[in-house]
Amino acid sequence: MSATLTPPAAAPPTPDQPGRDGPGRSIASIPRWAWALGVVVLWVGIWALTKGTDTLALAGREHTDVQTSLGRFRDDVLAGRADNPVIQLTYDLGAWFTSVVDWLQRMLSVPDFPRPVPQVGWLGVTAVATWVGLAVAGWRIAVLVAASFVSFGVFGYWSEAIDLLIVTFVAVGVSVLIGMPLAVLVGTGNRAVNAVTNTVLDIFQTMPTFVYLLPIVLFFGIGAAGAVVCTLVYALPPIIRIAGHGIRNVSTTTIEATDSAGQTWWQRLTKVQLPMARKTIVVGLNQTIMAALSMATIASYVDGPGLGQPVLDALVKNDVGGAFVPGALIVVMAVMLDRSTTAASEYSEMAARGGLDLRLRRIVLAAAAVPVLVALHLSRTYPWAAELDDPGWTPKVADAVDGFFEWFTDTFRDATQAFKDLVSAVLLNPLQSLLSESPWWLAGGAILALAFVVGGLRAVAPTVVCLGGLLYFGLWHDAMVTLNMTLVGTVLVMLLAVVLGVAMARSRAVDVVLRPTLDAGQTIPPFVYLIPVLALFGPTRFTAIVAGVVYAAPVAIKLVADGVRAVSPSTIEAGRSTGSTRWQEIVKVQLPMARASLVLAANQGLLYVLAMAVIGGLVGAGALGYDVVLGFARSEEWGKGAAAGISIVLLGIMVDRIARAAAHRSGAPAAR
Amino acid sequence: MSVATEKETAAATSAESALSVRNLWKIFGPRADRIIGTPDAQLSRAELKAKTGCVAGVKDVSFEVAPGEVFVVMGLSGSGKSTLVRCLTRLIEPTAGSVLIDGIDVTTASDAQLRDLRRNRVSMVFQHFGLLPHRQVIDNIAYGLEIRGMKKKERRAKAEEVVSLVGLDGFSHSYPDQLSGGMQQRVGLARALAGDPSILLFDEPFSALDPLIRRDMQNEVIRLHRDLRKTMVFITHDLQEALKLGDRILIMRDGEIVQIGRPDEVVGAPVDDYVRDFVSEVPRSHVLTLKWVMREPRPDDSMDGPVMSCDTIVRQAAKAALASEHPVRVVEGDRVIGIVDDDAILRVVVAEEEAHQ
Amino acid sequence: MRHISWRATGLTSVAASATLLLAACGGGTIDDETKANESKAGGAGECGEINMAVNPWVGYEASAYVVGRVASEQLGCKVNYKNLKEDVSWQGFGTGEVDVVIEDWGHPDLEKKFFAEEGDGSAMDAGPNGNVGIIGWYVPPWLAEEHPDILEHENLNKYAEQFATSESGGKGQFLGADPSYVQFDEAIISNLGLDFKVVFSGSEAATITAFQQAEKNKEFLIGYFYEPQWLFAEVPLEKVALPPYEDGCQDDPAKVACDYPETDLKKIVSTSWEEEGGSGVDLVKGFTWTNDDQNQVAKYISEDGMKPEDAADKWIADNQDKVDAWLE
Ligand SMILES: Nc1ncnc2c1ncn2[C@@H]1O[C@H](COP(=O)(O)OP(=O)(O)OP(=O)(O)O)[C@@H](O)[C@H]1O
Ligand SMILES: [Mg+2]
Repeated sequence: MSATLTPPAAAPPTPDQPGRDGPGRSIASIPRWAWALGVVVLWVGIWALTKGTDTLALAGREHTDVQTSLGRFRDDVLAGRADNPVIQLTYDLGAWFTSVVDWLQRMLSVPDFPRPVPQVGWLGVTAVATWVGLAVAGWRIAVLVAASFVSFGVFGYWSEAIDLLIVTFVAVGVSVLIGMPLAVLVGTGNRAVNAVTNTVLDIFQTMPTFVYLLPIVLFFGIGAAGAVVCTLVYALPPIIRIAGHGIRNVSTTTIEATDSAGQTWWQRLTKVQLPMARKTIVVGLNQTIMAALSMATIASYVDGPGLGQPVLDALVKNDVGGAFVPGALIVVMAVMLDRSTTAASEYSEMAARGGLDLRLRRIVLAAAAVPVLVALHLSRTYPWAAELDDPGWTPKVADAVDGFFEWFTDTFRDATQAFKDLVSAVLLNPLQSLLSESPWWLAGGAILALAFVVGGLRAVAPTVVCLGGLLYFGLWHDAMVTLNMTLVGTVLVMLLAVVLGVAMARSRAVDVVLRPTLDAGQTIPPFVYLIPVLALFGPTRFTAIVAGVVYAAPVAIKLVADGVRAVSPSTIEAGRSTGSTRWQEIVKVQLPMARASLVLAANQGLLYVLAMAVIGGLVGAGALGYDVVLGFARSEEWGKGAAAGISIVLLGIMVDRIARAAAHRSGAPAAR
Repeated sequence: MSVATEKETAAATSAESALSVRNLWKIFGPRADRIIGTPDAQLSRAELKAKTGCVAGVKDVSFEVAPGEVFVVMGLSGSGKSTLVRCLTRLIEPTAGSVLIDGIDVTTASDAQLRDLRRNRVSMVFQHFGLLPHRQVIDNIAYGLEIRGMKKKERRAKAEEVVSLVGLDGFSHSYPDQLSGGMQQRVGLARALAGDPSILLFDEPFSALDPLIRRDMQNEVIRLHRDLRKTMVFITHDLQEALKLGDRILIMRDGEIVQIGRPDEVVGAPVDDYVRDFVSEVPRSHVLTLKWVMREPRPDDSMDGPVMSCDTIVRQAAKAALASEHPVRVVEGDRVIGIVDDDAILRVVVAEEEAHQ
Repeated sequence: MRHISWRATGLTSVAASATLLLAACGGGTIDDETKANESKAGGAGECGEINMAVNPWVGYEASAYVVGRVASEQLGCKVNYKNLKEDVSWQGFGTGEVDVVIEDWGHPDLEKKFFAEEGDGSAMDAGPNGNVGIIGWYVPPWLAEEHPDILEHENLNKYAEQFATSESGGKGQFLGADPSYVQFDEAIISNLGLDFKVVFSGSEAATITAFQQAEKNKEFLIGYFYEPQWLFAEVPLEKVALPPYEDGCQDDPAKVACDYPETDLKKIVSTSWEEEGGSGVDLVKGFTWTNDDQNQVAKYISEDGMKPEDAADKWIADNQDKVDAWLE
């Protein structure tokens, strides 16, 4: 998952209202936390008596009927694929994607036989990319683009990097083609349309990649086709959601005013809604690109071309250094794409507003086009301009990274193991035993009661549906274990988020140092840091939690930092004037006032940690993540894997809806 | 007056009127159309809301506006003014009733007819301007022309004329956010004028502006009205503004008409406490005409005083009246219909002074 | 300011173009190579294309690239390497996306779906590849050395406590493997009365890291592992003796109490590809080598950091006699 949600500005804090529809109404004097505590105490009490019964634990290779029939469904599809018209159609589509990607590859990244090199070599591609950067976003971005492309070349991953770009852009192109009309539908449709699309998008976004990787391969084929489609599925929600949000939020006065001039539906859309939502649409596009990039990496599991392949290759050899360089290049690419899309949007705004000297710009671009054309020609003519000689830096960097991690693990392993044991003993194990060793009716009832206490009536229906779904798909016990890890992970994420977020908000220097690190944490494929983390913590649940935290903390930290920074300076001044200490200022003014952001950060953090559940399955965390990996690895377990994937989605939706209901009750803006 | 005769008069006048509204209803909420015609429709707004969950925005409103008239709709916040004016061009779909503009029935018009109407006959100016932030002033003004399909050169030329009409010379190529509120509203005004409509609708156009600018803008509207003689429906909650601009004023409360009349009628003869309250702070001498302060002529009245029309406003008459030793003779046409002496004038002026203290 | 920047841009652009053009002088051109390639292509054999699945472990990679390099360099085939998991590879036989799986550890369920006997017949067995898979319970070498008796399963309970971790709930931890492998460890543990709990590592990488760390830090660790595997070159794990495998002792998964059988690894190919025939098909069918051969190439790749192509070429150069035998 990626940060696809634009954080709302921090809302002014509202005083705790007594619950409108929760238990607070009847006995208003008892605060919400006391109710929650009561539920937990009761839970523990009953748990002590009933522990270990009705836990619905399912042994390693056992299946429920539902899981078996899921598996059978897949087998039927597979058996009938030769004469199933749907599959024929999707296969043709897949073949079309493959041919597009293949053509682009021959143009840009792989030898176009009988040529020993692609049609356009690295010098040409770099020059053109730089020129485009200059044209759409100014010279700073041009420099960034040039540096990025050169780095792909000199580290010896030119064709993989360009492949990744190709897959990403083909997928983003199709995402926009499909996504914009849907965004318009969401932006102009009624509430029912919205509720339906929102739920579908939630499912798309929480569904672990591995769950739909296989069905997509089934329908579209291996390689570029599968990669493009997976990427597409994953990259679609942000553009629909964010652009839809932007279109919906176009000022109603303006729409009314222009309607009153007698415009048609189409004129309203193209002349008013789309232009006015332009900024938000660009944010959506940006998020879609980021999501596509991260998914295109994972698509290397189905032979999707790109930088994910060397990362996976290195993982097979436990080669941390080998994974690091391509991993870092993915980060470079992410930063390049992120900054360029943002800058391009600002630049075009500036150009439209006459902030640029258009004549000068035209002259500069024309002049710059000359060396670009020369470079293009050279890269088609001379081998040296077509292929960059590998200066052999990659192995050196890899060795250095290896050395560093070896030193790091050797030095800190004892400390990290002790930390892991501590957290396991005081937090992870007790909570897990409560959640997963309670009879299902007890755990379910307790979760429902807690949902009601924090979220009120509004949270009850989704919770019931999701808990029911978990029971139906037969992985209740594993779901509870995964929920436990997710909760503990979220606690750690929030600790980091509060500490670092406040530090970033209060000190510009900290912000400047931390932000790129956070960007890297968010975009680097987890496979890169999995091995060092494994070395530090062993194949344990804790390793999974750490992977989740690395992935989720950046989002949460940024949200908290932005929230705290948005607290009005006059309020802080007022606090200061009463003589509060720095600590009091943080605890009594900044954090309470940034509460909306904290809630949002916790919600997002939790979803992100959950999204890493499958990665957890790869490093010894067991539970739903392992079930998904198992389903991906062994065809007879596919049904169970799919059930586990659905269960993860259900957990995600449940937690998200409870958090939203809680936010709604306390007057904070809903998470989305 | 019975409902039937009211309808007859409406039908009779509609031929000449620019705008004719008959029994217009707007009820917000689920299944609102089922309420009209039932006893529920007679409930007060609060009762209706409690019983059905629906809100009556406009309740059974009928009126006529003559060509060239400035018709002001006034009422407190929430009284349904915006809803009413939006129903006129179906920006809000009315629940029942009919609206005729230049004899065309708006309520039954097809989408295409409605678009044609909005493009060519009626324009609207909004409280919060509703400008397009991504377009320059000139293109905002030309928007209505653009969606009619007019060529860029032509529409820009036309918009440029309107720019000077509203006093925005030199700002054609600015963006809305580079203008002050008053100037933005001039753009809104220009946009409405650009299509050369026969009717202009204003929904509290100047409420967001500060008092000085507001006065400028009001004068601007008066000037435009004088020059262009367009029919105007003007929504405001500011009585001063209503009195200043309106040929006639409609006062609304909770979606219903409370009173319709000329400014002096509203001030001189408020129908109930709601209206009285409204007009209590008005400087009466600025509004009332001599008609409202005159008395029956008596045989012993001096015939030497100045002669004034009965539509003369008290304040304008005051100086001449007080200067003369003889009471003013008020005439309607050639007929003397009343006498105004110094006392009558002073009563109005002094009462006003007291009210202001 | 404007003039300066305009002039500066012009100058820069002229200078850049000039530098590029200057640098261009000298060296052969791409066209020459293209022509060379064209003439070479004319003389290529009748091998055609091979879509070679590359499953994600180094031993597999070694076999795949050795066969692939022989095919492309000596037979003139066009070899496409596709990085895929086993399951996905098998799906590809039917669609022509995959032709060869060079090392298969036994997938009864997939055979049922894709072999002609019961399934759609898109895949077929192309015989053993000569490697023998050994699966079993392993401990790090230091442990075997310090506590030699640990290599007998009867003694494991004695050490159960030392094997405990934060994950094993008080019992000894047994590290289960990547879910791709058939595992009976839970049954074996309970049927042998061992005081252990299986914790699944979830991936080969996790298992390997765990063994590496255990050896380095002298920690207790026991888990599922297999040979051939490149890790043995770095950490020669020791196998724990379980009751020996006999035919049928693993038929009922719940009652398993014996060691894993040795597996003859085999080659699986696409039926339609095989029917087309050609030198590539013959090569794949003829290919067979030993565990030592594979370990050698795997070591080149994982230990020495060679590219798989280079590692394969090196082995081929050293063992042309074996290669010739496959081609007969
Ligand atoms: N879309 C709507 N749905 C439900 N009720 C509405 C809607 N729009 C307006 N109302 C209700 O209709 C009534 C009239 O609203 P309207 O906006 O017409 O008042 P107004 O006289 O223009 O007030 P103001 O001076 O504040 O603009 C109000 O009680 C309002 O709550
Ligand atoms: Mg209003």
